[in-house]
Amino acid sequence: MSTVAYITARGLFGRRRVLLLLPLPLLLAGLALLCHAYGVDPNQWGQAVIVGLGFAVVLPVTSLIVGTGVLGSEVDDGTIIHILTKPLPRRDIILAKLLVAAGVSAVVSAVPLFVTGVLADNVHFGLALAVAAVVGAVAYSALFLLLSLLTRRPVLLGLVYILVWEGLLGRFVSGTRVLSIEQYVIAIADKIAPTDILPGKVNLTVAIVMSAIFAIGGTIYAINRLGSFSMAGETS
Amino acid sequence: MSVVELQNVSRWYGNVVAVNDISMTLQPGVTGLLGPNGAGKTTVLHMMAGFLSPSKGTVTIDGKPTWRNPSIYRALGLVAEREAVHGFLTAREFVTACAKMQKLPDPAAAAARALEMVEMTDAQDRRIETFSKGMRQRTRVAGALVHEPQVLLLDEPFNGMDPRQRMHMMDLLHRLGDQGHTILFSSHILEEVEQLSGLVQVIVAGRLAASGDYRRIRRLMTNRPHVFAVQSSDDRRLAVALIGEKSVSGVEIEPGGLTVRASDYGSFTRALPRIALGAGIRLRRLLPSDESLESVFSYLLEA
Repeated sequence: MSTVAYITARGLFGRRRVLLLLPLPLLLAGLALLCHAYGVDPNQWGQAVIVGLGFAVVLPVTSLIVGTGVLGSEVDDGTIIHILTKPLPRRDIILAKLLVAAGVSAVVSAVPLFVTGVLADNVHFGLALAVAAVVGAVAYSALFLLLSLLTRRPVLLGLVYILVWEGLLGRFVSGTRVLSIEQYVIAIADKIAPTDILPGKVNLTVAIVMSAIFAIGGTIYAINRLGSFSMAGETS
Repeated sequence: MSVVELQNVSRWYGNVVAVNDISMTLQPGVTGLLGPNGAGKTTVLHMMAGFLSPSKGTVTIDGKPTWRNPSIYRALGLVAEREAVHGFLTAREFVTACAKMQKLPDPAAAAARALEMVEMTDAQDRRIETFSKGMRQRTRVAGALVHEPQVLLLDEPFNGMDPRQRMHMMDLLHRLGDQGHTILFSSHILEEVEQLSGLVQVIVAGRLAASGDYRRIRRLMTNRPHVFAVQSSDDRRLAVALIGEKSVSGVEIEPGGLTVRASDYGSFTRALPRIALGAGIRLRRLLPSDESLESVFSYLLEA
């Protein structure tokens, strides 16, 4: 593991913020277990738990906490300087951070989604949810990593994207779905394991191409922004 | 040997000009970057360190531009003013990580050497968040020095250090300067600069007000009389003799000796021994009393 990834991971797990990652996946898997234990028909709870909680909340919020935590907090407190004053290509720094962010977000959201999928239908459905969650984790992480370099308030902007763009507009204005990672994730999961539970509304090709654009485009732009990283000209 | 060069560099933020057409060359040795608060010192340092693009002009280290060029960090170390360090690491882990990111062949040995240099070996296995301000500062210096850079830039390096640590840091910078490293440190505390370096770059309101050895800068300020404190075997008689000398513009007799104002440094210092000898007066003490950096600095600010 590269030194940058090592420091990033230590920083992420050394902060109390990492505890924020625990309740959501536990809630997701817990709800699914509860419904399963009481023998509720998956068609009744599946969509609410998997889409409403899993894809609309657990996956994006986890990616937001981690994605902004790996870079935004270092930019915020100034420790990023110790990494930037090294002769490392900016590409390596962004890729190391993206690797940590996407890896942690993927594990934290894919595992409970897998459990939920297995309980709702079968292992195949569980795997479909997990694969879609991994794709989503990469796209979200690239987006939130980029936001950390574009604005001083990446968490706020990220929440606006998740809650307003995806949550609110995505429900009522169909055109916004083309730019919604949540919709790509649902489409991918639905294509791998078609069920009545997932309301896939975006074409699979669009979902794959747009996920790749978010992930690759966001990363390239972030590398470029990090290359021009400026320190505020504080008066002294 | 590395040379840092600024050529006609300006930097503005919107309508505000932070740095205005500065050209300077830093040679090996220790140079103080001096200026009142808000003069533009940090902006200059950030441009040298590649963390700010000049709006106009070029900033280079050994001919290579510093902006968008991470490879310069092989030859450059920066100790920024903001003292944030990865507090969850121990000093040894932090400096070793710096060595690894510099791709040094033996990171552990390089880290041990750098920590030794800043006298942090005893505390190297403690987490940085438990350190005092001065210890953090020294740890950051170790991190910036671990690859033995040719150029070391330090923004207000003595902040938060106690007098002993300050002395030690000055000693370290002196040694590095003597070894041929190019060291630039900014400070608004004149005593620090005076103790550490004769060479200064003085920035006032975004412009380079003076550059070079501050004692020489003082001597070039011919429009200001030079003030000397003189003690002799007969102060009153010496005062009478001196007032006839063309380069002397005023003499005051004080209990501890004479205060002499001379309009021309060179003529006065040549004339004084001749006058004293002629009058049969023994000179006991001759001190230029406004050659301190403080008076040079205040003259520059007034100008």
